[in-house]
Formats: sequence, C-alpha cells, structure tokens
Amino acid sequence: MRFSRKNLGIPYMLFLILFVIAPLAVLVYYAFTNGSGQFTLMNFIGFFTNPNTVGTLFYSLAIAAVTTIVCVLLAYPLAYILATSHFRAKSVIVMIFVMPMWINFSLRITALKEVLTFLEGNLAMHPFLNAVIGMSYDFLPFMILPIYTTISRLDRSLLEAAADLGADEKTAFWKVTLPLSMPGVISGVSMVFLPAMTNYVVLDMLYNSTYIMGSLIGSYFSAYNWHGGSMIALILLAFICLFTLLTGTGEDANPRGGSAL
Amino acid sequence: MDKLFRSCNRPMLPSGTRRQAHDMRQMVRGMRKPLALLAAGCLALSAFLPSLGTLEAFAAPKSDDTITLRVCNWEEYIDQGGWNADEVIDLPSGDILGENSLVKDFEDWYQETYGQKVKVEYSTFGTNEDLYNMLTLGDTYDLICPSEYMFMKLISEGKVQPLSEHFFDTTDEHNYYIKGVSPYLRKIFEDHEIHGEPWSRYAAGYMWGVTGIVYNPELMTREEASTWDVLTNPKFRKRVTIKDSVRECYFAAVGALNHDELTSEAFLADPDYKEKLESRLNDTSPEMIDRVQDWLQGMKDNVYSFEVDSGKADMVTGKVAGNYQWSGDAVYTMDQAEEDGYKLEFAMPDEASNIYFDGWIMLKNGIHDDPAKQQAAEAWINFLSRPDNAIRNMYYIGYTSFVSGGDDPRILEYLDWNYGAEEGEEDTVPYDVTYFFTGDDETVDPDYVLTVPEEQTRRQLGAQYPSTENIHRTCIMQYFDDAKNQAINSMWVNVRCYNVEHMPWWGWGLAVAALGGILWLSVQKIRRVKREE
Repeated sequence: MRFSRKNLGIPYMLFLILFVIAPLAVLVYYAFTNGSGQFTLMNFIGFFTNPNTVGTLFYSLAIAAVTTIVCVLLAYPLAYILATSHFRAKSVIVMIFVMPMWINFSLRITALKEVLTFLEGNLAMHPFLNAVIGMSYDFLPFMILPIYTTISRLDRSLLEAAADLGADEKTAFWKVTLPLSMPGVISGVSMVFLPAMTNYVVLDMLYNSTYIMGSLIGSYFSAYNWHGGSMIALILLAFICLFTLLTGTGEDANPRGGSAL
Repeated sequence: MDKLFRSCNRPMLPSGTRRQAHDMRQMVRGMRKPLALLAAGCLALSAFLPSLGTLEAFAAPKSDDTITLRVCNWEEYIDQGGWNADEVIDLPSGDILGENSLVKDFEDWYQETYGQKVKVEYSTFGTNEDLYNMLTLGDTYDLICPSEYMFMKLISEGKVQPLSEHFFDTTDEHNYYIKGVSPYLRKIFEDHEIHGEPWSRYAAGYMWGVTGIVYNPELMTREEASTWDVLTNPKFRKRVTIKDSVRECYFAAVGALNHDELTSEAFLADPDYKEKLESRLNDTSPEMIDRVQDWLQGMKDNVYSFEVDSGKADMVTGKVAGNYQWSGDAVYTMDQAEEDGYKLEFAMPDEASNIYFDGWIMLKNGIHDDPAKQQAAEAWINFLSRPDNAIRNMYYIGYTSFVSGGDDPRILEYLDWNYGAEEGEEDTVPYDVTYFFTGDDETVDPDYVLTVPEEQTRRQLGAQYPSTENIHRTCIMQYFDDAKNQAINSMWVNVRCYNVEHMPWWGWGLAVAALGGILWLSVQKIRRVKREE
C-alpha cells in the first residue's frame, strides 16, 4: 500500500465516524423516538409547550448573555490598553490574566466561593449574580486573548492614515480600530456565550439551584428518559449551529475587514 | 488511650485516605447528573460494538479452574486494607486489623475454604441511576450492591437471580450472612415483598442507614431540627441545605405535609402504625405530587441550595446551620467538625425518617445458572458478613453494617469499644440497641444496653444505631414504577426550572431585543454573502 495523503486520513475518518457522526446519529434517533422505539415528535413539542423547560432556555440565555456582555466590557478595554501600549512587559501582564486558565477549574470556583462568601455574606441570597460572576471569572481569558491578538495585529499605518486625514484619536478608534477588531470580539463571544449556556457545574458550586440547559439534560438521563434528554441536547445543538452560522465566518478573508458592519 | 477520644475520631486511616473515601461517598444515593455527552458517546459505542462483556468473553476464554466474579459496588464502599499497626481494633475477643484489601482476602479465603481459585473483577458505580444506565448499556456483572429501591426495580424487571437454598442453611459454618444478619433487618427483608416474593429471596443486605438533620446546636435547637418543617422555617432562611435528590426531597415534603397527623398521639398509638406510616409516606397520587410540588417550590426559596456534594463541608465551615443528610455522612460531618473543635448533632424528624438499605443481588445475565459461579457469589456475601470483616468495613467507610453477629459477640464489643463510656465517666446514660441484635423492638434485654456518654445519643451513636424510639418512626420508601417515575420527575423538573410565566416584563423586552439582534445579524449575513457573489 502506498503511503498517500488519502491513507493518512483514514484514522481521522474513523475518529470522525466513531466519535462525531455515530453519537450524533444515536442522539437524533433517541430524540425522535419514544420508549417503544416509534417515531414521535412529542419530545420536541413537549419541550416547547412546557413553561418550565422553555423558561430554562430563557434563563440559560439570560445568564449566557449577561456573562458575555460583562466579559466584553471587561476584556475589550484591557486588551486595547495592553495591545496599544508600549509597555515592555505587556505579554507578561496578558499572561497573568490568562494564567487562571491553567489552574483546575473546580479549584478556582471553590476559591471564588470563599471570596464571594466573604464579600456577600450568604451566597444563596444572590444566585443569578453569583452565576454571572462565576461564569465571567471562568471565561474571561477566552475573551481577552482573541481581542488582544486582533488588536495587536492591526496595521498601524491605517491609524496614521486616519490621523493624516484629520481624524482625532477618538474618531480613529470608533471608525478604524473598533470595526477592525470586531472579528476578535466575535470569536471571543462565541467562546464565552456557548459554554455559559450549559456549564451547570458553576451554578451547582455557587449554590444556584435553578436548572440551566446542562443540568436539565442531566436530570432527564437520571430519570432514564433518554429520549427527552436527547431532544434537549439536539435543540441546544441547533441553537449553537445557528449562532455559529451567524457569527462564525465574520473573519472571512475580507480585505476591508469589518467594513460589513 | 482515652476511649471517648477514640470514639470521636474513630477511623484514623493513613492521611487523606479517609477524607477521600468520604468525598467519594458524597455521591452515594444521590442522583448525580451524568454527562449527557458522555452518555451519548457510550450510546454510540454500544450501538456499534458488541457489549464489552462479550468482548471480554472472546478475549479471555474461561479456564475451568478459575472462577471470575464480576462485582460492582459503590465507590469507596469496602475496606482497602493498609492499616497502620496502631489502628488495631482491640476487642475482648481478639484484635482486628485490615492488612490487605477485603477483595484480596476474599480470594485467598475462597481458595483455602473451597479449594478453588476465584478472581474478583471489582468495579464501582457512582449512583443507582448510573448503575442502571450502565446495565442498560450492556455492562454485565455477577454481583451488584444497589440501594433498596433500585434492587426492587431490578427484581421487578426479572433481572435478578434468587439466592440458593444453601445460602439460608444455618448449619453451614461458612454461611456468615444468615447466621449473623441483624434479626431486625432480616425481618424487614422478609416482610417486604415485590410481586408476592420477599426481598430476602433475592437480596442480602450490606449497609443501612436513616435520614435526618445534622445541625449546629448553637444556631438551632434540637426541637427545631427534629422536623421536616425546618427546611421551610423562615427563621433559617438560606441557612439549611437539602440533598439534590428527588427521592429524598419527595420524602421530606410528604413528611412535612402530613406533620399534624404523623405526630398526633392517636396515630402514634395506632396498632397498625407501621403499615399506616408506610402508606402515608409512599403516597404518590397525582394530588399528592401536586402538593409536594408546591411545598418544594416554597422550600426552594428558603433553602441555601440543593447540594450535590457540598453540604458536609458547608456544615463544617459554618455556612449553614442545618443539613438534610444520610446517617453515614452525618457521622463523617460530625467527626470532621470535632477535629475543627466544635460539635454538631444529629436529629431524626418527629414525623418519620427514611430507612434505606444497600444490598447485594446476583444478576441473571452474569451468573447464567452456573452453580460454581453462584456459589462464589454467595460466598462473597458471606465473607463480607463475617463479623471481623463487617467491622473493618464499618471502620473504613463509616456506614452501619447489616451484621449483628449472631453467636459472635464482636459487633457488640465493637459498639462498646467505639461508643461506650469510660469507667468513672460522669453524665452517662443507658442506650438500648436490643432491637438490632434480637429483632424485638418492644422489650429491653440488659445484655444489649450500652452505657454511653449522654451526648453520644445525640451524636455519632444516635446516627449510626438510632434509638429504639427513633427506629420505630422510620419507614421504607418504595420504588416508583415507570409511570410514577415520569410524573415525579416532571414535578421535579418543574421545581428546579425557571418558569417562563414568572419572567418579568423587562425579561420579555430583552428576549425581543435578542431576537431582533439575531434577525439583524441574519440580514447582514445574507447581504454580505450576496455582495461577495
């Protein structure tokens, strides 16, 4: 057998089939069947007609949206300042902000729990706030890095051109830097928003007892209802696909960068 | 060595081991959420590969002289050995020390006793529901150790191999289970039926316990802690926690909703008290499910959280004043707090407590009617029921064994070694555990009355071996059949989820804005794609 590129791809092909395609097929199968294996849409209809499951979707979206906004508001100025400053140790500072990512996640949240208890007193009084704080703390590095990278790679001659054409610094930021850094923001958003919808461990650990999408799926499997659980997983997947489709290709090789915005 | 001190800091395993053991125990009986994706992955594997059991059979053809016994038990639910010499339990009848793991000891003992080699493939599970899903996915075991509601479910599904007649033969000296099992628990296993057959035909008990409230006596009185209403008591708003488990919550809710009747003198004096108690607490009618949902929704606003595994630590660090616990974990919590220099106590609710059991059952698709295998499986149960091994397990995992010892005095000696008062100690009280050793909960046999420090009755001892009065007010929670399970689970989802009808107006505003944003993005996207064309 000749050692061709095609043959090199076989292990990856197997991997894809075994761990991506096959589970997905099983997921779809379970989502659209009932306990006796017949085709049904009841799992789908059931999800959207139950005010509690729909409420969970909204609640997850709310947590994810607020977390994302908080992360953007915190990360953008920081990334901007660091990327545009002439501070020699800036990569060290970026590293310090990203460093928590290298520490085990549950350890970090446990530490955060103690800090928040110290600040707030009784944690259980502010479940939504705690969830947002926990998620933001957890996902902030994923927002900082892409924005920082995008801004530091900006062509500085564009800013000089803006200045030559009479734009002051403020105008140059709004008209040049911000639009051109949008791809970084978008990739940051997709890395924060999607996990924030399902990361129920943060909620569990910070004493928020309301289900989000992740814990809801788990509860269905604990009750041996694989069909309902699979359907919710599928609905979530559909959401994620839609979201990625709408934002994901913002970094297309477009010579004018964010001009579409 | 000071006996009281020993009783307070009972197990002293090599550093970390015991703590770790209990960290793992936290999952016991809880409905821990399985990772959906992992489950999906497993589903895929099971769909495309023959079951792992079959693969093993292909890979290692069974040789005739060695029996392979596949055992699946709770995580950290068996003594692993490796004790230091100073940890020896010096009972009057002899010393007990765990040198090797009990699994290894069993293999050696079996070969010595029956002249046949046996190899134990030991694996563990995290929750009853996980175990059930594992079995559904095609894992095969010979022996498993689920809780009573799960073995009831498996028995009713016809998956369980009955125990042999020989297992109940008290003349065989190696039948430690039937010779040593507590008569009180044995009667429970004989009196409770599933499809007209007693549990004892299929299941042999391993560990048992009750549910109750661990509380901080400085923040909560014993009276306040001794009722399920403590969970909705506004005085402890956000200061009490409950297990993240639908069964435990359901039981507490039914207990609280029936508080007045269950604590009335007429009801307590009823000749059919036990039967009535069990039927009250196992009420799963649609009306009751609705009432439970209302109660739990109110409780959700009052409790600190539904904890998966943080309750014990939160008690010890003082974040909460009370915690709904299983007795084995309660013992651990009190031990830990004591090491930190303060004392917690354990109370069982006046209404009723849940008594639960973990028991060994043999699976039909593992045993395959192979008499040699069944003999080894039953020998495993017997070996673990030998009093010295039962004591090693209790010492290691903190839960209470099914074994009272029969003619063997060592279990009683262990109780006295662990909890008995020192000579000359003041403030001691008699503590009656006759029911556990004789099965008779009406008379007091002076042989089974311990003399213990008074506070122990409210603490570890009271949790590990509840008083006669408290044990009288316990009842078993039946398993939910499929229809009930579905109804109760959707009730549970309703309790735990955010109801969209409660969404404030600005929430809807945000939702509309988000929808608008998505539409706007789509339009932009379409325009961009068109322009590029």
